[in-house]
Amino acid sequence: MAEFLDILGALLLLAGTIFLLLGGLGLVRMPDIYNRIQAGTKATTLGTLLSLVGVAFLHPEWSLKLLLIGVFLLFTNPLSSQVLARAAHRTGAHKSSAMIVDHLEDDLGEKP
Amino acid sequence: MAEVLITLAAIITCVTFLMVLWRFIKGPSPVDRIIAFDGLTIVSITGILFAALAAERGIYLDVALVYALLSFLGVIVVARFLERGF
Repeated sequence: MAEFLDILGALLLLAGTIFLLLGGLGLVRMPDIYNRIQAGTKATTLGTLLSLVGVAFLHPEWSLKLLLIGVFLLFTNPLSSQVLARAAHRTGAHKSSAMIVDHLEDDLGEKP
Repeated sequence: MAEVLITLAAIITCVTFLMVLWRFIKGPSPVDRIIAFDGLTIVSITGILFAALAAERGIYLDVALVYALLSFLGVIVVARFLERGF
């Protein structure tokens, strides 16, 4: 039984690192800054959470600390994603040929 | 069996770190570099997990928690600096 839990934890850890690898691949390959924000924060969040669950299967006595790290990541990663997107829009770094419609800029322009 | 899978996962994490580091070095705009920095810290938390597994010491997870806190604050501060330039 313990061996089965070890293999299950290692498989979850491997799945988490594969999600991290896909996030890194998106960060390298994506053409636009908003696409890079999506790849760099969403996929890596899921990858880290899966890795934490895998380590919890490997060492059940660390579960409380791992849960703490997971909850903290769930709070902070969307927040940093939103702050990065706002910084990208305000510094004007988001301009690219792939971006056709910018509703936020239209709304800001209509203000007196 | 489990050790082989964990070693493979550690190698994949190292490859991911190098890929995100490439974006950090190349990134055309400063915001690209902060996104890559955020990714680097998240990958590093997984790296600390592997260090804890290799050393069999749970105290390393406290290091991962404090590291996550400080890197989050760093990302927020640099993003606010780029917005306002204070």
